[in-house]
Amino acid sequence: MPRWGMVIDLDKCSACQSCTAACRMENNTPVAGPDQAAAGRTILWNEVLPFIEGEYPNVNVTLIPRPCMHCDEPACIKVCPVQATYKNEEGIVLIDYDRCIGCRFCTVACPYTVRYFNWFAPQWPEELKDHLNPDPEVAPRPVGVVEKCTFCAHRLRKAREKAEAEGRAFQATDYIPACVQTCPAHARYFGDLDDPNSLVSELASSPRAYRLMEELGTQPKVYYLKQG
Amino acid sequence: MHPENKHEKIILAPIHRVTTGDRILWSILAGLLLTGIALWVYQFIEGLGVTGLNRPVYWATYLTNFVFFIGLAHSGTFISAILRVAGQSWRAPLTRAAEAITLFSLPFGVAAILADMGRPERIFNVLFFGRYQSPLLWDFTAVGLYLLSSMVFFYLSLLPDIALCRDRLTDVPQWQQKMYRVLALGWQGTPEQFHRLERVLDGMAIFMTMLVVTVHTVVSWVFGMTVQPGWHTALIGPFFLLGAILSGTAAVVIVLSILRKVYNLEKALPVKLFNSLRKLLITFTLGWIYMIIAEYLTAGYGNMTEEMHVVQDKFTGDYALLFWGMVVLVFILPLLIFIFKGKNNIGWMVFASVLINIGMWIERYIVLVPTQVSPRLFHEMAHAKYFPSIVEIMITVALFAGMALLYTVFTRFFPIIPLWETAEELPTGELSHQPATTQG
Repeated sequence: MPRWGMVIDLDKCSACQSCTAACRMENNTPVAGPDQAAAGRTILWNEVLPFIEGEYPNVNVTLIPRPCMHCDEPACIKVCPVQATYKNEEGIVLIDYDRCIGCRFCTVACPYTVRYFNWFAPQWPEELKDHLNPDPEVAPRPVGVVEKCTFCAHRLRKAREKAEAEGRAFQATDYIPACVQTCPAHARYFGDLDDPNSLVSELASSPRAYRLMEELGTQPKVYYLKQG
Repeated sequence: MHPENKHEKIILAPIHRVTTGDRILWSILAGLLLTGIALWVYQFIEGLGVTGLNRPVYWATYLTNFVFFIGLAHSGTFISAILRVAGQSWRAPLTRAAEAITLFSLPFGVAAILADMGRPERIFNVLFFGRYQSPLLWDFTAVGLYLLSSMVFFYLSLLPDIALCRDRLTDVPQWQQKMYRVLALGWQGTPEQFHRLERVLDGMAIFMTMLVVTVHTVVSWVFGMTVQPGWHTALIGPFFLLGAILSGTAAVVIVLSILRKVYNLEKALPVKLFNSLRKLLITFTLGWIYMIIAEYLTAGYGNMTEEMHVVQDKFTGDYALLFWGMVVLVFILPLLIFIFKGKNNIGWMVFASVLINIGMWIERYIVLVPTQVSPRLFHEMAHAKYFPSIVEIMITVALFAGMALLYTVFTRFFPIIPLWETAEELPTGELSHQPATTQG
């Protein structure tokens, strides 16, 4: 069974936000609009966060793309009172939108603040409505439930179906999330962390590799390669 | 047979009639409650976007109310169960008024949770799919059990007085007499019945004592079990418990003084009762400042980056006014008032108690919001802010109005001072195992 993970090379990342845009189109995250965005109600499964240290003229800026960390020891899953959020056998943390009671315990418990709440029923401007991803697995989420990055788990299902239709064995390289596919700088890598020969497991053991807040014991499956 | 109580007349006096003043007050309270319900329906239709909540401040006013109401609920159990176990007989006249606070604030704590949920219609998922790994389920269990057992405890200790109302109040409307008849469950007031009642209440008091400690600790663990800065401390449980005792006891002072004034209960509720509560409040408010110092000294001395963001936000940042205001309201002013002005002066004591409860509401708020404003990945949202919307404010008002409504209605139909527990003597006689046949 693969253990899916991601590596993001911060030296290559140009912070162009293509991943953020690709994620939105792939996963049908609603448009908040300027007022709601100002109120902190945007839903962005992937965000590029600026970490700014120091003051002018000695400023150190690190731009970190932040999907869900898909932790092996997720703080969010522990606290869910109804098991609406769970980790599947391949290590992907998912949410059952039909079961979520909207208590927002997981959003509060996640140290990476990757979980988003549907404050209103999802909305899109007319022009965008026609371009929603028709995949039922990413159908817009209803009001009052929590959602977040799924590593494009629907693409995994599709990749398996495709391999089966073509009469060949499914390979880890058949499956790739939208953000990884889109990245113009090839800064993102995706694959099976348990396969010692995969590119991601090789990169994840590089001396440049680190994870966000490793000290919390959450065991994230998103690795970063230090810049500089 | 009924216990002899020299204050029976004055205690039963408020029950004889519902005044115009009552009707006006009840209408206002019911109006506020209905407004809150209407707004809750509106929020249910629109989504929680009608509140001031956002990312990362996911929990705020509603959860503050939840913690606060559960804290108020501590009063009754503290006075009637813990002090019963401790053998403090002076508490007798206070018990019912205090327990009624417990009983009538718990449902509104639960209502605050419902108001906070994104999908309240799925509440039963907690029964179908509930899992004990989640502190929220500890909460549901503890609060549910607390509500249930305080209802039983309250009803049991009310039983002899309902029977007394049934037999004494023959001038009240038919339906009211019928209500007493049904609710009294055929209580006859035999020595054996009183003996059994005392035994049951003693037993339940021990159980309630354990439960109340559990409930108030578990409420805090919803926050404490996460790794968020400012919440993840072992002190949060005892601190919430102490805060609950403090605000609950202060609430008893406020409620008792109003009852005393409005229903002319000066003789049944002598000033010395208030003096006893004053001593308790002085102890608790000192305990509270001890907790504050222990908590913030540990966090501040440790100087860990994430923790310090929250501490600094409270000490000198956006929440400094609320934080220091809270210290003044809960500790400095009440302590000065209680020590220098409070003795034998109910007015001052009530004033200090009101300050304590305002301060304690702020305390709950201060625990919740600043931590979320500075989450661990704080760089990302250096500008997070929260301000309650009108919907949240009105629903909060409705919760308080609802509690006051239940309370005021209750006091017009049932004696708010336990007649049998304050009686000079209970019916005595040989305990027999034969069913009694006489009725007093």
